[in-house]
Amino acid sequence: MEFPDDLKYTKEHEWVRIKGDVAMIGISDYAQEQLGDIVYLELPEEGEAVEKGEPFGVVESVKAVSDIYAAVSGKVLEINDPLPENPETLNEDCYEEGWLIKVKMSNPKEAEDLMDSIQYQAYIKEETA
Amino acid sequence: MRYIPHTKEEIQSMLKSIGLKSVDELFASIPESLVQNKQLALPPPMDEMTLLHHMENLAGQNHTVSRSRSFLGGGVYRHSIPSAVADLIRRSEFLTPYTPYQPEVAQGTLQVMFEFQTMVAELYGMEVANASLYDGSTALAEAILMARRIGKNRKNILMPKATHPEYAQVVQTILQGFGDHIVAIPFATHGGIDRGALNDYFNEELAACVIPYPNFFGVVEDCRDIVEKVHAAGGLVIFCVQEPLSLGLFESPGALGADIVCGEGQSLGLSPSFGGPFVGLFASKNEFVRQMPGRLCGMTTDSQGRRGFVLTLSTREQHIRREKATSNICTNQALCATQMTIYLSLLGREGFKKLAELNWQKTEYAKQKLAAIPGVSLQFPEAVTFNEFVITFSKPADTVLHELRKRGFDGGILLENGFRDLHHSILVNVTELNAKEDIDAFAEELKRTL
Amino acid sequence: MTTPGATGLILEEALLFEQSVPDRVGFSLPSADVPTADPKTKLPKNILRQKEAALPEISEVDCVRHFVRLSQQNYCKDVGLFPLGSCTMKYNPKTTEAAARIPGFANSHPLAMPEAMQGNLQLIFELQAYLAEISGMDFVTPWPAAGSHGELTGMLMIRAYHTAKGNPRKKVIIPDSAHGTNPASAAICQYEVVTIPSNKDGILTADAVKAVMDDEVAALMVTNPNTLGIFEENIQEICDIVHKKGGLVYCDGANLNALLGIVKLGEAGIDVLHFNLHKTFSTPHGGGGPGAGPVGVKKKLEPFLPTPLIIKENGTFKVEQNRPQSIGRVKAYFGNFGMLVRAYAYIREFGPEGLKQISEMAVLNANYIRKGLEGDYYLPYSKPSLHECVFNDKLQKEKEIKTLDISKRLMDYGFHPFTIYFPLIVHGAMMIEPTESEPKASLDQFIEAMKKIAKECAENPELVKKAPHNTFRSRLDEVKAAKELKLRWTS
Repeated sequence: MEFPDDLKYTKEHEWVRIKGDVAMIGISDYAQEQLGDIVYLELPEEGEAVEKGEPFGVVESVKAVSDIYAAVSGKVLEINDPLPENPETLNEDCYEEGWLIKVKMSNPKEAEDLMDSIQYQAYIKEETA
Repeated sequence: MRYIPHTKEEIQSMLKSIGLKSVDELFASIPESLVQNKQLALPPPMDEMTLLHHMENLAGQNHTVSRSRSFLGGGVYRHSIPSAVADLIRRSEFLTPYTPYQPEVAQGTLQVMFEFQTMVAELYGMEVANASLYDGSTALAEAILMARRIGKNRKNILMPKATHPEYAQVVQTILQGFGDHIVAIPFATHGGIDRGALNDYFNEELAACVIPYPNFFGVVEDCRDIVEKVHAAGGLVIFCVQEPLSLGLFESPGALGADIVCGEGQSLGLSPSFGGPFVGLFASKNEFVRQMPGRLCGMTTDSQGRRGFVLTLSTREQHIRREKATSNICTNQALCATQMTIYLSLLGREGFKKLAELNWQKTEYAKQKLAAIPGVSLQFPEAVTFNEFVITFSKPADTVLHELRKRGFDGGILLENGFRDLHHSILVNVTELNAKEDIDAFAEELKRTL
Repeated sequence: MTTPGATGLILEEALLFEQSVPDRVGFSLPSADVPTADPKTKLPKNILRQKEAALPEISEVDCVRHFVRLSQQNYCKDVGLFPLGSCTMKYNPKTTEAAARIPGFANSHPLAMPEAMQGNLQLIFELQAYLAEISGMDFVTPWPAAGSHGELTGMLMIRAYHTAKGNPRKKVIIPDSAHGTNPASAAICQYEVVTIPSNKDGILTADAVKAVMDDEVAALMVTNPNTLGIFEENIQEICDIVHKKGGLVYCDGANLNALLGIVKLGEAGIDVLHFNLHKTFSTPHGGGGPGAGPVGVKKKLEPFLPTPLIIKENGTFKVEQNRPQSIGRVKAYFGNFGMLVRAYAYIREFGPEGLKQISEMAVLNANYIRKGLEGDYYLPYSKPSLHECVFNDKLQKEKEIKTLDISKRLMDYGFHPFTIYFPLIVHGAMMIEPTESEPKASLDQFIEAMKKIAKECAENPELVKKAPHNTFRSRLDEVKAAKELKLRWTS
């Protein structure tokens, strides 16, 4: 499993890539592997408000379903439009092609609470122990 | 006990290999204060012969009249069931498997489900149907819950009073926690929905409008005007079909613009059985499939590329989504659905149409015959009806029905329980089981009763 | 000894719709003996069906072969061991089937006059009393159509009870080992679900309940024996804690097959309990229903029972509808009456001693399997088992073999698999419930097959990972089914 160093992570297994006040959000390699073959994805509409810690979407495999939680608060700038049509992309490339939404952050300070790659890997280890 | 195979020796040898001395020790983990030291106070066991004799005696106390001299309907219909249906449905392989969670050893059950879904979708004229719910009443409650999920904050449900009263009561029970507004819509003098009573509700509060089709009085009406207005207001239209045989003759709910269709399947091959088990039918437009309750069977391939079937979209269901599931339903009515599938496969395209016509013709004949009796009138003379109609007497219906029973007829259903104003009226149902001579004899006896 | 799995001749069978030939008929239409009016001339055109339902057109011979061939693709209880944990797949007696088909029951109409249903009402009345006696509850409503429907009915009564006291309350406590229907039913009653953990022994502790129990908790929902097959030994203390704060205790009776004549759950402090007649009282599962889920309650909940009530007055049975505090009707007519007839006949044939024997032999069988498989498979909880035992795939992990693979391989040996991946608290759970119907010989065959599979996992893992090999279909592509969604036939 890979956990790129330039990303931040949440306890709900999302990753965040921050550029200025825009956060790109996706699900981690660990999350996609836990779910297995992903068959369905629900994303919010552009312009919708999301709130840190609240669910903004749903991802489903054949046997499992999981809410996707917002890592930061703000407004949805852009969604990865073709993704719901090809949800298997999430299994194949969860960090690049498989990004979910871009959020214009209303409170960039929130990002300070997120874990870095090393902390996140330690967290997974602890969780699965 | 003939269903428990263990001999004394086997019990001893099994206990020994577990490392126990007695059967009682198997329950050592239960706190002593809870373990019963008294035998259950139940009647003693019966041998097969005595038991069946006892059961026949109980059944005999029902004093049912001959099927051809019964005119009872009201959501439970007497139809002729081909012997092949009764024979096939008793097969152990349909009767005694579990839900097909292991598809490699359950392709039979699954393929029947797929065929059932196709048939229900065809009957209703809809894009997609599920693998069945408990019955018509709970299917209607589920349809309304589904419409609420889709409509999010919309709270008003328009519920015509001519919907089956027991269905309406079930809806009331299941939705009681939701704080919804279930608006009762009266019926007009033609027996259909009172259009005027709807006008105040075509707005952003409207979640769904229920259209009973046919309604409890057997009335079938063109509701395209209502469908149009509900859709314009952003609401959904739920058709509720209590007698699906009507769809051999009348336009399908899908063609009339339904978003969700639900109803009862009993009349297609299941016996009345005092009201259950029956089979709830449920269909919708494709776009709502992820909001559907209940099981769905889908087509796929196996690892060698051969066609096969599996349960699919399970993530909607309680065993995965738990408190966020689309419904708490776990079982469907697989065996009843199988029975209906067998029945409809025998009836076929032509048979379905012709049987519906025959039922309509018989009912029209009975309607004219009964309405011609002095002291009897049609409650909704202008209504188009299928299989049942309401007649009104010059005196309380209760006494008339008791008198008819003494003469060997179940003349119809009292309406006063659900419709207080109709205490002089009964609902009369006629099917292919009622021969012309039975209808004529019924009319004769009714004349004498009045 | 040999295991029963072998390949046999099972025929491929096309869909009904693919076999359809225009003008072929399978139905003997009654002749018209009344004037044959033409609906096209008598009825308004706008209401007549335009596009016919595309039902198949086949002969009776086609129909019979179709369904017999399809039936042969199924594994069923009448073929052999069906050890699905939590499902209680016991033998379904032919006599109870015969009883349900007696014309006086099968043809009786639920809206007939009361004098035309006295036999039915007596049967229901007596069945209620039997179930109350078996469970130690005061009243039983027989109407719910399935276990989950019973849960919903029970939770609606609990809500009505609290509402009548002035506050419906907000929360329901559910252990992490519960069936998914528990939280789903509580959610429909608008309760927030509070999940509590089982302890390291797989049971609930008084402390875990105490920690979350407050004045806003309407009920605790437990399953006893729980889904690990273990008796919740702290149940009395837990009930006391809940009762002290004014809450009620609901018990999911899915596992009652372990307790007939052994424990009356009502005496342990349970306030509401549902029965699964299709499990404990052997009405057939039918490939996924119909079931029946009567609910027993203590006296304080009696006013809230769903309508109607069956009462006995001067030797005559009456249907009582007028119940002002009732939660209302939960299903049209009289529940799944056909299932009530079967359960009634089952109880009457067994009698009190026989019912107790059911539980004794069910528990003996489960423990015999547990003993037989210990060592070959990992047992995550070591507390004594009642009617079922739960293993997992920990010992097979090294070869990357999962529970799913083992369950599929079991088919090759001629057995239906056990329940897999439930309860959720056991990773890779294999939940085995043999029931009392199985003789020692079939248990021995099952144990031997499982031992062979364990050996295969170590020596020939690919064989297990690609299983099943002998079935009519090999592993089915569930991902494709969910993605491409073909839910009906189209020409």
